[in-house]
Amino acid sequence: MKVKEVIRILDAELLVEGEALESEVLAACGSDLMSDVMAYVKENVLLLTGLVNPQVIRTAEMMDIKAVVFVRGKIPGQNVLDLAREKGITVAATKHPMFIACGKLYSAGLTGRGVRD
Amino acid sequence: MSKDSIRLHFDIPGDDFTIAGEASSGVKKMLNQLGVDPSVVKKTAVAMYEAEINAVIHAGGGVADVEIDGEKIVVTIRDEGPGIPDVELAMQEGYSTAPDNVREMGFGAGMGLPNMKRYADELKIETEVGKGTTVVIVVNIKRHEC
Repeated sequence: MKVKEVIRILDAELLVEGEALESEVLAACGSDLMSDVMAYVKENVLLLTGLVNPQVIRTAEMMDIKAVVFVRGKIPGQNVLDLAREKGITVAATKHPMFIACGKLYSAGLTGRGVRD
Repeated sequence: MSKDSIRLHFDIPGDDFTIAGEASSGVKKMLNQLGVDPSVVKKTAVAMYEAEINAVIHAGGGVADVEIDGEKIVVTIRDEGPGIPDVELAMQEGYSTAPDNVREMGFGAGMGLPNMKRYADELKIETEVGKGTTVVIVVNIKRHEC
């Protein structure tokens, strides 16, 4: 599924265009715990989170996550968006809560998940 | 990549959690520029990032030294924090002594050291209560046959 399709399905607002709009994501990870995000090995993954601080973008950077969607209507601060822009990470925000956002994407066929070592 | 080793040094400031990760980000960028295999870069970046976060959370910052040669990447993170009284306990997933404000930032769930172990090919922890902790993360660089 392309990232721009994710944004459409989640009725999300695009906050940082980044470099991933046309990229394919094969899996998604919904978590507010960044260390849990880092415990799983995955490629071409989308991150959904309700956490809005710069460490979300740092975690995405370290994990090669190209797109982040903030859930529950949360909008991160300018410093977070600036960091994402610098790293080329696509950022969007949806009003849907985590469960609904994940459910919508899963129903639309994004069913991949991370593999724990 | 040449056989000569590259050394990098970073100060990890302890007063601002929002900028934690700058050192790991710098190392990731360098490894990418050197053309290191992306999976090796990711392992190094994640393990170092967790160690860097730990130094900020628990020890008020520290220093990071990174040595890269044709064989491996060695990341050494030193702090002068409180030390770890029981390393075996600290290695258990879910065990954490982090304060609530750190949990609100998405860390402190007791996954830091386990994640370092998961991604490092070799992990050494030297710690003394009241003196500080040194974490050494070694990641082997895959050798490509030409």
